[in-house]
Amino acid sequence: MRPVFRLLSDELIERIISQARDILCDLGMEIHNDGVLSMLSDHGASVDSEKMHVYFTADIIDKALETAPDSVKLFDVMGRQTHDLTDHNVYFTPGSAAINILDPLSGEIRKPLTADYVEYAKLVSRLDNIASQSTAFIPSDVHEKISDSYRLFLSLLYCEKPVVTGAFTIDAFNVMKDLQLAVRGSADALKEKPLTIFSCCPTAPLKWSDVTSQNLVDCAKHFIPVEYISMPLSGFMAPVTLVGSLVQHTAETLSGVVLSQLTQPGTPIIYGGSPAAFDIRFETTPMGAVETQMMDCAYNEIGKYLNLPTQAYIALSDAKKLDAQAGLETSMGATLAALAGINNISGPGMLDFESCQSLEKLVVDNEICGMTLRLARGIEPKEDFPAIPIFEELLREKHLLIANHTRKHLRDEHYFPGRVIDRANSSRWEEEGSLTIGDRAKSEIARLQGEYEPSGLSGDILAEMTRLMRAEAARFGMARLPHEDL
Amino acid sequence: MELLEQISFNLQNGLDDVVAALTKDAIEKRIPPGEILSDGLIAGMSIVGEKFKNHDIFLPDVLLAARAMNGAMEMLKPLLIKEGIPIRGKVVIGSVKDDLHDIGKNLVAILIKGAGFEVIDLGNDVPAEKFISAAKEENAHVIGMSALLTTTMPVMKKVVDLAKDEGLYGKIRIIVGGAPVSKEYALEIGADAYSYDGANAVETVESFFPVNN
Ligand code: B1M
Repeated sequence: MRPVFRLLSDELIERIISQARDILCDLGMEIHNDGVLSMLSDHGASVDSEKMHVYFTADIIDKALETAPDSVKLFDVMGRQTHDLTDHNVYFTPGSAAINILDPLSGEIRKPLTADYVEYAKLVSRLDNIASQSTAFIPSDVHEKISDSYRLFLSLLYCEKPVVTGAFTIDAFNVMKDLQLAVRGSADALKEKPLTIFSCCPTAPLKWSDVTSQNLVDCAKHFIPVEYISMPLSGFMAPVTLVGSLVQHTAETLSGVVLSQLTQPGTPIIYGGSPAAFDIRFETTPMGAVETQMMDCAYNEIGKYLNLPTQAYIALSDAKKLDAQAGLETSMGATLAALAGINNISGPGMLDFESCQSLEKLVVDNEICGMTLRLARGIEPKEDFPAIPIFEELLREKHLLIANHTRKHLRDEHYFPGRVIDRANSSRWEEEGSLTIGDRAKSEIARLQGEYEPSGLSGDILAEMTRLMRAEAARFGMARLPHEDL
Repeated sequence: MELLEQISFNLQNGLDDVVAALTKDAIEKRIPPGEILSDGLIAGMSIVGEKFKNHDIFLPDVLLAARAMNGAMEMLKPLLIKEGIPIRGKVVIGSVKDDLHDIGKNLVAILIKGAGFEVIDLGNDVPAEKFISAAKEENAHVIGMSALLTTTMPVMKKVVDLAKDEGLYGKIRIIVGGAPVSKEYALEIGADAYSYDGANAVETVESFFPVNN
């Protein structure tokens, strides 16, 4: 049986959804985008253009929910399927868009460079339990106007896994789409085999900005999957109760579903978010707080109730270094997320309220993910009944180390973590240098990067991507891209 | 308890009605408005700020005190102006161009206002030129900028450069904050100060006005 963790009864889910729908219809929403407003008006919503305010109707919400697909598949740059985001399937992706990185060698928290990004992409290509890349941080050695597209470009260049990403401006979407078209060859092929997910954020409370709503519309036009990242902050920019914050999250996320589905019925969407508790002592948004994680799991239940794939920023920590807090918050989040069946679990590698990525933490988190993926498979009988024969063998042979039953089921039944997890006895641990998890993580990064194999994309495609990126950089006065000098 | 002490005490407890009534009382008793401000309201807010920093009280307590402060200030302001007593200082604040993150900026604005400063909030997505023109129009003493994106930080430098071009630099103080911003960055672009949170921003703005303190 696949273990499933639930926090909400169906009855509570229905009440939350019903209140959220009332909010959208009665209080409405501010949308700072004329195109979106007129589209909603064409579908019967009442729009106050001066105040940029729209009142949704029950009809458009129902229509959107009807056309929204219940599964989103992703494919790597080579066109192989890697994800089926549906039901209780779970996949991990690194936390995205950090401002800083924790330098694995010096331990310094600093702004990332292109070289860091390339190392990151190479590392992710070797991490078995991390199914996709995210555009995890922003290289600071390129013009800020290309910092969103350039990280996608580097990801597509150095790692084959599909990418969770997002644009910072309306303009940047174009080249980010063109890079994907270069990989797939045509618009139809990209529609057939989605390569990326774009994160698009409504602004709490109950607002869509021009940029993020336009990104969402542009993604829908090209069938590029979108995950909505609504971020109610409990007790601050949202009601203090978890149910109240969930009502707000549901309203904001449902509005996103409507915008996408009215633009392009059937376009792939993911019911995501990043609600957070608000810590009134420190003025911060703790992602490792248990209430944050409870809200994530709970809105995932609401998404599932609506038959939509889900996502959350949950397997991450607010610690500043790879320490015990980093481990405990990330493990708790990853475990709850996997048990709740959140389809796309964002977070590994991330520290400091989504502000700092750490490669060391990423390799450790890869093991946390491995363990939780095992947990999510639950306990199933495998040639265990009748039980007598195997016990006869045990009594006869005195052990089962080389029994057929063992050899057949060992790797499947038991997850063996990589080298960062210490399972040596203390004498061996001492003999091997009394290494800490940080020490082991550092050497693991080096080992995995040493095993890196370049992407299998053809030279023509790589050249076309480089041409596109160079042209984009040239628009902002950059004659050369830093990765060319590595 | 002496009247001004009572004002300070009730302000610390966030009792806006009581603070308003006591302030009215103090005005009627002809206590000089400058004294009501410094020995009643600001004295109370300083203790609130200190307690917040020490984790003895939390953000909502500060906001309640700030609300009480603002209510009393409404009554005092005309009198202070009449007597030619300068208001604590005027701050124009905003989130920079292309940045829609405004939660931290709003919080900082509320807290600075709560400490008795006049705050002109320009909202989010504020172009560099707007910071300068608003500061000029309002005769502001401080420009406050918030940026949460790596990509929008450069607007801060633009504002500093414009302030130089317009002869404001050195006369007006510039304070910056937000997740990607740092003390080093503030220094590099020539801003006067960097603040890491609301309480720290209040302290920093207060440090610009030593005389009034
Ligand atoms: C004047 O003097 C001063 C003095 C002190 C000052 C000051 C000014 N300003 C701030 N301070 C200081 O005092 C304040 C009070 O303590 C503090 O302010 P803060 O704002 O830091 O603190 C607040 C009280 C609470 N903190 C926050 O409100 C920010 C939290 C995080 C999670 C965050 C939020 C909430 C949001 N976001 Co955004 N968001 C993140 C943030 C992660 C992070 N670690 O910061 C960050 C900043 N966001 C990011 C991104 C990528 C984005 N976000 C976006 C949108 C949003 C929401 C709308 C969902 C929401 C903002 C809602 C709103 N109305 O502001 C998008 C951008 C939209 C835009 N153009 O601005 C979008 C681009 C995502 C997308 N693809 O759509 C990342 C930045 C990446 C980068 N390297 O630049 C990010 C680090 C999260 C992440 N890893 O993805 C101090 O910094």
